[in-house]
Amino acid sequence: MNKLRKVLVLGSGALKIGEAGEFDYSGSQALKALKEESVETVLINPNIATIQTSQSLADKVYFLPVNPFFVEKVIKKEKPDGIFLSFGGQTALNCGLSLAKSGILEKNHVKVLGTAAKTIEITEDRKLFAMELEKIGVLIPKGGFASSLNEVLEVIKNLQFPLLVRSGYSLGGLGSAVVYNQKELTQVVSKALKHAPQVAIEEYLKHWKEIEYEIVRDGEGNKITVCNMENLDPLGIHTGESIVVAPSQTLNNYQYHLLRQISLKVIEQLKIVGECNIQFALNPQSNEYRVIEVNARLSRSSALASKATGYPLAYVAAKIGLGYTLSELKNSVTKSTSAFFEPSLDYIVVKVPKWDLQKFVGASETIGSEMKSVGEVMAIGRSFPESLQKAIRSLGNGQDGLLGGKSKINVSSKKLLSPNTQRIFSVAGELAKGTSVDEIYNETGVDRWYLYQLLEIVNFEKRLKEKKLKLSKHNLLQAKKLGFSDNLIAQVFKKDEQDIRQLRKGWAILPKVKHIDTLAAEYPAKTNYLYLTYHGEESEQGESGKGERRKVIVLGSGPYRIGSSVEFDWCCVTAALSFKKKGWETIIINCNPETVSTDYDNADKLYFEELTLERVLDIYDLEGGKIVLSFGGQIPNNLAIPLYEKKVPILGTDPVSIDIAENRHKFSKLLDSLNISQPAWQELKNSEVAHAFSKKIGFPVMVRPSYVLSGSAMNVAYSVPELKRYLTQATQVSPKYPVVISKFIENAKEIEIDGVASNGELVIYAISEHIENAGVHSGDATLVLPPQRLFIETIRQVKNDARAIIKALDITGPFNIQFLAKDNKVMVIELNLRASRSFPFVSKVTKNNFVEIAVEAILGNRLDCVFNTLNLDYVGVKASQFSFNRIKGADPKLRVEMLSTGEVGCFGEDLHEAFLKAILSTGGKIPQKGVFVSIGGDKNKMEFLEAAQEISKLNLKIYATKNTSQLLKDHGIKNTRVFKISEGRSPSAIDLVSNNRVDLAINISIPGESASDQRDGYVIRRVCIDTGVPLLTNLQSATEFILAISCKKADELNIKCWDEYVAC
Amino acid sequence: MKGKLILADQNTFEGDFFGAITNISGEVVFNTGMVGYVESLTDPSYYGQILVLTYPLVGNYGIPDTKYWESKKIQVKGVIVQNYIDTPSHFESQKTLSDWLKKDNIPGLFNIDTRFLVRKLRERGVMLGRIESGESGKGESYDPNKENVLPFVSVDKPQTFGEGKKHIILIDCGAKSNIIKSFLKRKVKITVVPWNFNPIKNNLNFDGVMISNGPGDPKQAKETIDTIRQLIDENVPTFGICLGSQLLGLAAGADTYKLKFGHRGQNQPVKDLISKKAIITSQNHGFAISSKTLSNNWQEWFINLNDGTNEGVRHVKKPFLSVQFHPEASPGPTDGGYLFDEFLTYL
Repeated sequence: MNKLRKVLVLGSGALKIGEAGEFDYSGSQALKALKEESVETVLINPNIATIQTSQSLADKVYFLPVNPFFVEKVIKKEKPDGIFLSFGGQTALNCGLSLAKSGILEKNHVKVLGTAAKTIEITEDRKLFAMELEKIGVLIPKGGFASSLNEVLEVIKNLQFPLLVRSGYSLGGLGSAVVYNQKELTQVVSKALKHAPQVAIEEYLKHWKEIEYEIVRDGEGNKITVCNMENLDPLGIHTGESIVVAPSQTLNNYQYHLLRQISLKVIEQLKIVGECNIQFALNPQSNEYRVIEVNARLSRSSALASKATGYPLAYVAAKIGLGYTLSELKNSVTKSTSAFFEPSLDYIVVKVPKWDLQKFVGASETIGSEMKSVGEVMAIGRSFPESLQKAIRSLGNGQDGLLGGKSKINVSSKKLLSPNTQRIFSVAGELAKGTSVDEIYNETGVDRWYLYQLLEIVNFEKRLKEKKLKLSKHNLLQAKKLGFSDNLIAQVFKKDEQDIRQLRKGWAILPKVKHIDTLAAEYPAKTNYLYLTYHGEESEQGESGKGERRKVIVLGSGPYRIGSSVEFDWCCVTAALSFKKKGWETIIINCNPETVSTDYDNADKLYFEELTLERVLDIYDLEGGKIVLSFGGQIPNNLAIPLYEKKVPILGTDPVSIDIAENRHKFSKLLDSLNISQPAWQELKNSEVAHAFSKKIGFPVMVRPSYVLSGSAMNVAYSVPELKRYLTQATQVSPKYPVVISKFIENAKEIEIDGVASNGELVIYAISEHIENAGVHSGDATLVLPPQRLFIETIRQVKNDARAIIKALDITGPFNIQFLAKDNKVMVIELNLRASRSFPFVSKVTKNNFVEIAVEAILGNRLDCVFNTLNLDYVGVKASQFSFNRIKGADPKLRVEMLSTGEVGCFGEDLHEAFLKAILSTGGKIPQKGVFVSIGGDKNKMEFLEAAQEISKLNLKIYATKNTSQLLKDHGIKNTRVFKISEGRSPSAIDLVSNNRVDLAINISIPGESASDQRDGYVIRRVCIDTGVPLLTNLQSATEFILAISCKKADELNIKCWDEYVAC
Repeated sequence: MKGKLILADQNTFEGDFFGAITNISGEVVFNTGMVGYVESLTDPSYYGQILVLTYPLVGNYGIPDTKYWESKKIQVKGVIVQNYIDTPSHFESQKTLSDWLKKDNIPGLFNIDTRFLVRKLRERGVMLGRIESGESGKGESYDPNKENVLPFVSVDKPQTFGEGKKHIILIDCGAKSNIIKSFLKRKVKITVVPWNFNPIKNNLNFDGVMISNGPGDPKQAKETIDTIRQLIDENVPTFGICLGSQLLGLAAGADTYKLKFGHRGQNQPVKDLISKKAIITSQNHGFAISSKTLSNNWQEWFINLNDGTNEGVRHVKKPFLSVQFHPEASPGPTDGGYLFDEFLTYL
């Protein structure tokens, strides 16, 4: 084995739909593996919220875009001798492939480690792939490839509708769909060809099973399949959108091993070195199969497989990339047996996707061959009903199990059986109504095995509700084995959840702890990767009993969703490691397979479990210790009061204070008593009072439901009709709860303070300002740290207000306060008594680890250092990543409700540089051709003039709609007028965008636009997204972007690693 | 109906019956395969044993006609699972697992913490046990290692299958059907003979001998060992699988011993010490060759990558070879199928 000196690892950038937390897991494991070998590591990843960009993992981190331009520059500077392309998703793979093809890697003597670039190319190009598989007689779907609409006709000659259209080089399956006729085919193909050079058109294998295998092969040709998985939804639904079960349930031995053998044959032919995933279609009526695709890299499925089996796929793949053979490596769980083996599961794993589509205006709940989900949960149990119901609760949608006690039966209809985000619930509803398994099978293609299993849950719940089952020991145990929650059982029997808990304990009906040990108990596990089940007698709690060592239970963040993702995983992992460093025994509870926190080597014990009150109490009963819930975001934070009421010791700020922060009335009263201003607000029970209050405080007003589970209906109303509309929406979202109306302050700046306090004293803080004015959700806004455009007076006021609040609530631990500032006046809008989304950003920009400091504070340790977070010689900018291209029909306009799926954080010598790097990292491009400008409102138009002048100076063509065009002309800025859609003339804005005449669109809408303006705006924004033209919809960020590109050329951007900005 | 599994150490596991409700006893062993209950339950190597399946859901794909059966009937004495699935779904399914067990009067127990049970067997080694309904009557448990069980699983008289240029004798010590099928697929004529049939003494015309898998302690099969000794003396190409491997080892003068809890599963890694390649294999054995007792002319061919035990031996010069695992698979991975081809090259 040739010893490598320095290896470059490419990350996947911001979290986006189709490329999310799973690549933080894979990159982190790869870096750990490299570190063990003492290889110097360089990581490029602008995703500042990740664990892989923590100080302890890579030797050097570049917070730069993962694209050939920047990666080449880093290569030239760092001169690595090897590069890993397979740990950063499609982004890293595409970037690496491009560098390999253009000869840059070879020229710089950088070796691709693991699977060769040539192989990657084959797996990514459907035509080459088909040819390769044909050589070994392995079957793929019938069909062909087309690069133009003419070629499509040729391909479909021998095929029959319906057909499946797929595009190569796809991330999460962009541009693939089932089409039923010629017209649909033409539409889909035209769109797909805009994003990809060719499309594949194939036979549509209706209701075939979709099966995946995760495979590892070493450089010597030794190979194993680590896991197989079965999609509950048949072929045609993206595996990221499907409920997935591991191992497969409906395959017999012959089929399981037939597909396994083909998997091995295929990867041998392709000469994969490392890890890959292969997807099959299997005819439910025969043993006929097709290979759908091979992903020659770590993927969402491989992350799931890792967690499902306990086999550290990314770690092993990295070792293989360095030249190890499988038999030279040890099983990381037993530490005695070989890594060359295939895990045997003695449990069943169910993954359920998490969608957040209701947040998007105009998005549909239909699912298909494109990915829309933003996260996922995994549950482990010893029966399918147990695992499934656990998983459903873990989603945090407020659904308490499959039927969830609610009578969904009436709203169910056959139509809801077509693929959509709620299908599993509709199926359950149909079963409850008495629709036959066969009928549902014919409609959905969900294998009857699963339907029978669902029927068991449904029938049991029905019998419970119909009072056919008494609350006996036997029935309660049955209910628990089927995965029902105490809460649901309590509802049925009109009791309190805690009554059922007590009853259960009295009857000794307790969940048992089991290990995930990779070998079905054949060999003892040295790690503590645990789950709970009611199918068992023995609890394998591991060595430590109660109270031997100081013990802390860190609650994780649950499924990734809009508003909560990898940033909270970073906080949890960092917190667990900090407690460990202090000599505490650490336990993590989480249920999200795409996280690093669910790697079993971060804490002494990992419970892969749901974050519900019942389960946390179960684990607390088993383990004792103290609970820390301030690092996992809102899900654990919501457990503060319930756990406190059960007298569970909680570390950090007193839950009574948390309640004050979370309860709008109490918090408002506190602010009043501290003389801190806040926007006027009121909680209102009916719309008459709401209208009266709005009139009193004056429009615009912000409307939101006071209690929101997931996806809210937050809106700003500028007029009475708008108020009416939003009130209706808000009451629909949560009818039981009142609506909150608050004064919306226009043109205000937003400021955030993140910090740590100890016994009511401020220990460390970081103040960030938003680029965008208030009106854009803080999770979507662009953050600048340290603030560049705040008055010293404002900063002082923010600090003073924060100090007063901290003191009053006697805070110990992390906190985040959001402010509005206008005309030198500061108002508080929100307080979070937990680590916030921006904790990793402020920690990494200032290189003061806020979570570590918070743990010190929680432990009561005094920190006498003075932290400098304000007077820095550089600027950090956090920008948001949007995934509108994944969500058909969604209006990409930024609003008060959060829509972004991820974030990046970049450094620069000044604001412009950091901002530009950040925007480029989220997929933004420096325009080379022309800019489309359409700006609503006179004030906005005037504000944009300076930027427009800069566009001209850059020799970019400006295209503008009527009024914008006129105003620019009036100010001597040359531009071409284009027409709005409603004007019905050409050239229209759509022509402009679709013909690739512009490579930037700036579309600023204003409140109170006419319906036709709204429609025009929506259409042009959507066309931009669908055709891949960068779009800016906020005036402040658009202006900043123009100013940034006018003073920085791409070549002038500094290629500096983290340490070069911030000394340790 | 409630039932119990009572282990020799008096540990008792309570569960519910499926299949036949009847009292039986045997050696309690576990298999970690996630599929393949049809193949396993009909595998004659399990003769006299109560099989614990570690995968917690069993019965999912029902029972096909005889297609995947490894012998003509269910061979285990009983079966223990966590959850029995009575609502199978598979295009080849003809009946439920429970109905199938009932027909052959074999009991099954479900609702048993199989992981707990396996951990016990792993720690204390396999033991005898009884499945009982009602009050436990004390009694002797049947021990398949205490007698020569081959007569119970072998054919009565020779039977010939297939056509081909080469003719192989399969000494049936409880052979799985897929061993026969594996040769037939390769266009070989094969004659299956009883465990105590000596093809040389019977003046058969043949090119090589296969010694099959089977149940029990290899040392009980004295007559078969004698036959193999003669085959070796006369330089007949000989290939042993599983029990056949142990018998070849004993014939070559090596010793065998009982493993604590054996290897039964589909994920067993073995390494070819000659080619250095590793493969995943299907295994089902409780005894192994003690490799340090191999004489000079014999070498260790395969080893288990998990615990280093012997997984196959071969003569350094002559075509006498054996593997402890199952190249015929069924159930399990088919990685070792090439070994049949290799053996045929020696004929």
